[in-house]
Amino acid sequence: MDYEDIGLMAGIEIHQQLDTKEKLFCRCPTKLRDVSEKNGEFKRYLRATESEMGEIDRAAKEEMKKQDRIYTYYEYDTTCLVENDEEPPAPMNPEAVELALTMAKMMDMSPVGQVHVMRKLVIDGSNTSGFQRTSLVALNGRIPCIPGGAGIESICLEEEAAQRVEGDLFSLDRLGIPLAEITTAPDMKTPEQVKEVAAYIGMLLRSTGRVKRGIGTIRQDVNISIRGGARVEIKGVQDLNLIDEVVRREILRQQNLLFIRDELIKREASVSDEIFDVTELFKDTGSAILKKAKSILAVRLLGFNGLVGKEIQPGRRLGSEMSDYAKKCGVGGLFHTDELPAYGVSEEEVIKLRGFTNANPGDCVILVADTKKRAQCAIGQILMRAEMAFSGVPEETRKMLEEGSTSYMRPLPGAARMYPETDVLPVDITDEYWEELRIPELITEKEKRFAEEMGLDPALAKNIAYSVRRPLFEIAVSKGVKPNLAARTLYSTLRELKRDGVDTVSLSDADILEIMLAVEAEKAAKEAVPDLLRAVSKGDSVASAIEKIAPSVSEEELSEVVSAVINERIDFVKEQGMRALGPLMGVVMKEMRGRVDGKVISEALKNELKKVL
Amino acid sequence: METGERVLCKYAGTQLKGTYITERNGKAVIKLDSGYNIGVLHSTLEVIPKEKPAAPSPKKIEQNEKLPKLSIISTGGTIASKIDYRTGAVTSQFEADDILRAIPGLKDIAHFNAHVPATILSENMTPAIWKTLARTIFDEINSGTEGIIVTHGTDTMAYSAAAVSFMVQTPVPIIFAGSQRSADRPSSDNVMNGMCSAAAALSDLGEVAVVMHATTNDDYCAVHRGTRVRKMHTSRRDAFKSMNIKPLGIVDYPSLDVKLEDSVVRRGENKAALFDNLEENVGLLYFYPGMKPEVISAFSGYKGLVIAGTGLGHTSSACIGAVRDLTKAGTVVVMTSQCLNGRVCDRVYDTGRDLLDAGIIEGEDMLPEVAFVKLMWVLGQEKDTEKVKALMKTDLRGETGRCTPHGL
Ligand SMILES: [Zn+2]
Repeated sequence: MDYEDIGLMAGIEIHQQLDTKEKLFCRCPTKLRDVSEKNGEFKRYLRATESEMGEIDRAAKEEMKKQDRIYTYYEYDTTCLVENDEEPPAPMNPEAVELALTMAKMMDMSPVGQVHVMRKLVIDGSNTSGFQRTSLVALNGRIPCIPGGAGIESICLEEEAAQRVEGDLFSLDRLGIPLAEITTAPDMKTPEQVKEVAAYIGMLLRSTGRVKRGIGTIRQDVNISIRGGARVEIKGVQDLNLIDEVVRREILRQQNLLFIRDELIKREASVSDEIFDVTELFKDTGSAILKKAKSILAVRLLGFNGLVGKEIQPGRRLGSEMSDYAKKCGVGGLFHTDELPAYGVSEEEVIKLRGFTNANPGDCVILVADTKKRAQCAIGQILMRAEMAFSGVPEETRKMLEEGSTSYMRPLPGAARMYPETDVLPVDITDEYWEELRIPELITEKEKRFAEEMGLDPALAKNIAYSVRRPLFEIAVSKGVKPNLAARTLYSTLRELKRDGVDTVSLSDADILEIMLAVEAEKAAKEAVPDLLRAVSKGDSVASAIEKIAPSVSEEELSEVVSAVINERIDFVKEQGMRALGPLMGVVMKEMRGRVDGKVISEALKNELKKVL
Repeated sequence: METGERVLCKYAGTQLKGTYITERNGKAVIKLDSGYNIGVLHSTLEVIPKEKPAAPSPKKIEQNEKLPKLSIISTGGTIASKIDYRTGAVTSQFEADDILRAIPGLKDIAHFNAHVPATILSENMTPAIWKTLARTIFDEINSGTEGIIVTHGTDTMAYSAAAVSFMVQTPVPIIFAGSQRSADRPSSDNVMNGMCSAAAALSDLGEVAVVMHATTNDDYCAVHRGTRVRKMHTSRRDAFKSMNIKPLGIVDYPSLDVKLEDSVVRRGENKAALFDNLEENVGLLYFYPGMKPEVISAFSGYKGLVIAGTGLGHTSSACIGAVRDLTKAGTVVVMTSQCLNGRVCDRVYDTGRDLLDAGIIEGEDMLPEVAFVKLMWVLGQEKDTEKVKALMKTDLRGETGRCTPHGL
């Protein structure tokens, strides 16, 4: 596809959790908890408030359609009254401000003179206050990773939302963890560039060594538009490998919606707002959903026949879009005649329905079944979405589904959802402060240095550079551990142990370092490292593990073992001469079980062999 | 540059449009069109001459005249605060429309008449405003209202509820309500507290009460007697607690069912009457270890002094002389306890007996703040010191009980 031809404009927003000691607006740790550890819960309502302009934000209004929702929150011994929205926020965490500004400096941005914290209205329950605290900290930078580079419009420092456990139930452990939101300019011209930029920014953020790692700690939102289409924001792309596919599928969706628009205009199609109560028609239906519904309402989309069922991206039809809008009223979905008869609805019932509603063959009839109130609300939403089809692509916030297609979440929010967080004082960023911020070395530069200066194998250099234990690697090397030993221990050995079911996460940096230093001091052989790590992971101290697994071996003890091995195989030794060294190495190594370094054994064997021969 | 003026911010190689808000620490604060506020140097800004800021156009709220009539009397506070569209600051300017906009459910319960005798932060409350408040309430009762809601900042709400309890004898409920989290936030407690207050104001109650969240959940409000309630937390929704008695009842949410204890004063039991005289020369003193007698002597010339003493109601022995001097000179001194829970008894230890001998009156199970307000009011009604002392020990508005209930 010629992306220039279709006028693709794409940008991304990256949300990265920061690994600070405390949360952004309270002094609780940034620690994720298991829901089984909760020690309390409470229930609250949220409602949209008017902005200072006397308006209710359109995204918030949409959320309000599901009225009277009561949200439940789990609390922990690591959360406090700030997360509960029962105490004013503490001043902004300086550690998080410093980290966000460091990231800004790495991307060649300019800090604002004074950081002001805002409240961004979010009433889906994920914030106990009903808003997310956010602040713009730096503007206008550039990163070099694609031809011509990509502009970075802004970095915002904001608080992470509560984790949705299920439905309207949320867990407060995640609420308030600092989050850096990096927004690029719409400079990406192909799906592949979107992926490259996302990967580059991810690498850059990890280079600080102070961001959270693991699933869900970094999320990408993608902004896409094509010529004639509209700006659509796709939220929550967690898997970088899917990001280009998401872009491709959104292009496809926008093109198909534009095709449907043209077709509707050509057909002189229209939307009839006449609503039919067809509950009676389905009183003996084979469809379980329709049969148990208190009220079934129908509307006609004139001239829409075949278009509502048209696939616009894999697994998604125009009907799915209408269904997403309808679901905001709490209904389960809709039926449309493009897909009927099916789902227990008979051909005869479809004919009756078309007859009852006076639908022409070119029309599509849509059904919603629920309580009367919900069904009416849903019909309103469906008519609204049907009208939008005449202008092509609506501006929307969408949510990624598995595989990379998307569903509708809410309209793009406007500026009306932001107002000042009056409980937090602004933070001045002085020139001196900015000048003194140090830029960390990029992971890509580290990778190069590890290979070129430390002589690591290029693949290992890359792996260790991107590894969580990379800071430990650098400390170990600076304390005299050989780069190769450090890199193999921290990357390969730990990976193998993890694969064997060893709890490597619980191994402290200090213990691993002590083991590597013991090897360098010849207190343990490098062959013993896996067994030592295994013992320490089970709760042994390093010293006692070394004592048990690899007690130091005296020269006499070693030479006794070596002599014994040679004497037992004296014929073989005489026959092979110095060539016996290789096979005998294995025997002695096995005998010493990692208590002596291979090199030492090899020396001892050589000397003994020379004597015998 | 003026607040609300459209500006172009040339900074960091970008040109961003926004609205000038204010100056702060030498920086210009602007609201960018993205919604974010930032602080920048004034020199980066240019005024865009032609663009005019859009002014808000609040819609008028339609009220249903057929519903029962309630009165809302506001003294300020955050139950209906709103954001200034130019500065973004939270203000508590107020009209009936503002509260009906903030709590839309109210207009389905009653038809409201609003009065704004004051718009103050509640820490700036004064006895003079209590008088105005009491008169406004009295006038509303006489005009035939079914009940009264007083919106009030939470800091001094308990003082004001006690003051109105003494100043206004009422046949209808007088409900004090507020919010601990300001009304501009989606999670504010103002909606539930406002709705529950309206339900309480239409109920069978015939006293002054505070209606606020009973728990941290949005599940029900407690109805606290105006002379027995205290703010016991700086920030939680359920900060208000009844002291030394059970709450008068609860209002369930969202059903708005009101359940009242049998012991409450019922609607219509009392006739409307106003007693708005207050003696303002009354003090309230928190005793502390090592307090110098001069601190107590500083109140000489005052008509009354309430001491929040330690434990059963004590000061140090060193202070007793100063107390005696005060009472001899005609100051009425009432002893209450820092314990808040329980009853004062100055007959157990020597110090207590000496304080009684020095002329103090035991404040029984009254809260220090309530005893303070009551003393102002009693001194405003009665000049005879012996009668004042007797009234201080008599239950007038449910502020003190003959028995201290168990199980609280
Ligand atoms: Zn906290």
